[in-house]
Amino acid sequence: MTTFNINGQTHTVDAPPDMPLLWILRDLVGLTGTKFGCGIAQCGACTVHLDGVAVRSCVFPAAAVGDRKVVTIEAVGGTPAGQKVQEAWRELDVVQCGYCQSGQVMSAASLLARNPNPSDADIDAAMAGNICRCGTYNRIRAAIRHAAKGA
Amino acid sequence: MSQGLLDAQNGAQPSNDDTQPARGISRRSFLKFGVTVGAAAGGGLLLGFSMPASSQDQKTGRSVIGGDANEAPQSGVFAPNAFIQIDTAGKVTLVIPKVEMGQGVYTSIPMLIAEELEVPLDAVTLDHAPPNEKLFGDPLLGGQLTGGSTSIRFAWEPMRRAGATARVMLVNAAARQWQVDPASCHAQAGQVTHAASNRSASYGQLAQAASALPVPQNVPLKEPKDFRLIGTPAKRLDSPEKVDGTALFGLDVRLPGMVYAAIANCPVFGGTLASVDDTHTKTIPGVREIVKVDNAVAVIGDHTWAARRGVQALDIKWNEGAGAQVSMKTIVDDLAAASQRNGAVARKEGDVGRAFGEAKSRVDAVYQQPFLAHATMEPLNCTVHVRADACEIWLGSQVPTRVVDAAVAVTGLPADKIIVHNHLIGGGFGRRLETDMVTQAVKVAKQVSMPVKVLWTREEDIQHDMYRPYYYDTISAGLDANGKPVAWQHRIAGSSIMARFAPPAFKKGLDPDAVEVAADLPYDLPNQLVDYVRQEPHAVPTAFWRGVGPTRGTFVVESFIDELAAHAKIDPVQYRRSLLGKSPRALNVLNTAAQAANWGSALPQGQGRGVSVMHAFGSFFSIVVDVAVDQGEVTVKRITCAVDCGMVVNPNTIEAQVQGGIIFGITAALHSEITIKDGRVEQNNFTDYRMLRINETPPIDVHIVKSGEAPGGIGEPGTAALAPALTNAIYAATGKRLRQLPVGRQLQSA
Repeated sequence: MTTFNINGQTHTVDAPPDMPLLWILRDLVGLTGTKFGCGIAQCGACTVHLDGVAVRSCVFPAAAVGDRKVVTIEAVGGTPAGQKVQEAWRELDVVQCGYCQSGQVMSAASLLARNPNPSDADIDAAMAGNICRCGTYNRIRAAIRHAAKGA
Repeated sequence: MSQGLLDAQNGAQPSNDDTQPARGISRRSFLKFGVTVGAAAGGGLLLGFSMPASSQDQKTGRSVIGGDANEAPQSGVFAPNAFIQIDTAGKVTLVIPKVEMGQGVYTSIPMLIAEELEVPLDAVTLDHAPPNEKLFGDPLLGGQLTGGSTSIRFAWEPMRRAGATARVMLVNAAARQWQVDPASCHAQAGQVTHAASNRSASYGQLAQAASALPVPQNVPLKEPKDFRLIGTPAKRLDSPEKVDGTALFGLDVRLPGMVYAAIANCPVFGGTLASVDDTHTKTIPGVREIVKVDNAVAVIGDHTWAARRGVQALDIKWNEGAGAQVSMKTIVDDLAAASQRNGAVARKEGDVGRAFGEAKSRVDAVYQQPFLAHATMEPLNCTVHVRADACEIWLGSQVPTRVVDAAVAVTGLPADKIIVHNHLIGGGFGRRLETDMVTQAVKVAKQVSMPVKVLWTREEDIQHDMYRPYYYDTISAGLDANGKPVAWQHRIAGSSIMARFAPPAFKKGLDPDAVEVAADLPYDLPNQLVDYVRQEPHAVPTAFWRGVGPTRGTFVVESFIDELAAHAKIDPVQYRRSLLGKSPRALNVLNTAAQAANWGSALPQGQGRGVSVMHAFGSFFSIVVDVAVDQGEVTVKRITCAVDCGMVVNPNTIEAQVQGGIIFGITAALHSEITIKDGRVEQNNFTDYRMLRINETPPIDVHIVKSGEAPGGIGEPGTAALAPALTNAIYAATGKRLRQLPVGRQLQSA
């Protein structure tokens, strides 16, 4: 059994050490907001925070999490940056199908937490790992600027 | 171990109210599971069962999606038609006949209903429509389908009518109660008011009385000048839950006792399973069983990871069959040969033979477009529970009634024993118009006693898609002394999706989708012959893909028009203008886009500007693309477009759909290509089936032209019109005409 700190709560699960954090969250803990997209860290749909840093949970093995704090889309609104990002996303109506947006919000929140006033180049660099098939990129850019302004 | 016990052990938050079913699972199915699971696994299990989605829901309380309307409304609920339910507490539930896959219909259709019903948009709850052709069928598509950019075209009149009918009945109920003339009453914001006597009643208070009244026919609708919602920018109703992770897609379904399946599909199209050695798989902790179906093996596990590791450990032998002989050369050679045959005529005007004879010059070209995968962000998945007497299915589908048909075919159960719970769709683009994943998941679930979630990996999703067909177009024009096309001949060779998907629409060898746009150009072409030759790519399955016929047709005709302009040495915008005399709406969007893009202004060295015009989906569209080409690498610098989609419902959605459609089109034009070798797809994942990323995305200015015409479609035009504007811009920048997509590395080898 392995113990994780997820969204401020302790969860002890029976997970093999190589099991990616994504499946622990989705299948064992029942937090389905974090999405499966590619399984090889190419699309960013599975992005979560480990001690505030955005990681791709689809390739992050259980054994490597240790005692770092996991924050998912379900709780990122409790952080100042996460709250601003979610507000901006709603205000600018970013989402379309919405499937990738958990990951987009997590990447954007991580960016703003470490860089409250990102340039367009900073935004592109931080968000280039998150694919949106619906093509919401123009509004993502605008929403991050909007969230930064409110910082 | 059961999921319920796993959840309990893992400390999932119990629901505050155990009597409340989780969101996304109807009361009916919850009760059924209560009975069946309880009986199978012991009554105590249900008490320990909790649904995390439910606790999330209660935490935020912002979900607009209430359920899936599989149950009939309870008595006392005012339900004058299939789309509106108002209970005595005043809760307004709208059953949306189209599915939400990003295109915004869970906002725009509620706007249409609320406009006439006179309820605030933020007060409604939405239900997914259950499968029911009679109630939810779309005559434009011949069934309960969401696709082809038809949702608003279909919904425009009937959804307003549904709202108006309900409002009239509520007003009548109030007037009868107050014994006043209904004309002296006024409905607004969920209330009926009689100003003269200063009385008012809420819709909830009137619901029961209204239910008893006859349903009036042909109630009048508002004049457009009186719209208060339609035409104004409304925020998406599904936005909050998609921003905080509580939105439920098919992939997110969690059920008591549910197990997880991973799949190994036969890598060769048309191949079947010969044998499987599962010795190693059975040793993996968490693997429960191995299930064989005709063309695949499924491993059932306690969680997805166990199931996937189980699949990787299988030693499978396939009967590859004749499909293994098929490669791109076979497919393209077949198409080239097919294009030598006479096709089924789609359009014939004037005397093309004579016109070519009299023309001063002639231009001929062959255009080719590749197989494309849909690559929806939500990989294919389907959760199924097959019981002796019923089959229950959870997924996101563009075709809920076809899901029922697929399950009937596999289970032999009557259609009324198939219960489909539709969900938000994590990208459709045509992929979820198909039910192959349902057929397979039901075959697996038939062999498993519990509900099973079948999930494809991204690799399976790309390698076992049903693909946008490879098309091969031959096109010729004869020009007069002024460079105008006086003769036009266009032959399209490729797979017929219609012949499989909607056989009655495939008549006398003509696929109306394959020739769309090509057979109905906005240009004045006095002599034209457009025909179609069906040529199937052997075992490679084909299907609709965003933009359908117009995506393929527009690339060819708008590239070719550009070729003619170049041949005539006339500016591409001016050349098109001269041919659009009979299509003022097309001319208007072209002029609007050209002006907004500052067409004709100078560009730096290495850059070029291209244009396209399209009439499809009931809308008119023009795009101007600026590109830079540096050592064969294309960068899209800026996009300006103009759209006339008739009367606008939600301008906010139109901008989003146009931008998104264009980005979808850039991905395809620059990068996308599925290739077949030895009957197998060569691409695997986003590494070799690339998507445009944010750092590659240009600014996209969308100009919506004011129009009083009936609404046109908007989900697909951006995609359909993009590619030729992009390759025309590349021609302007480099002088190289690309007649084959994707752009890929073609400019590097030049």
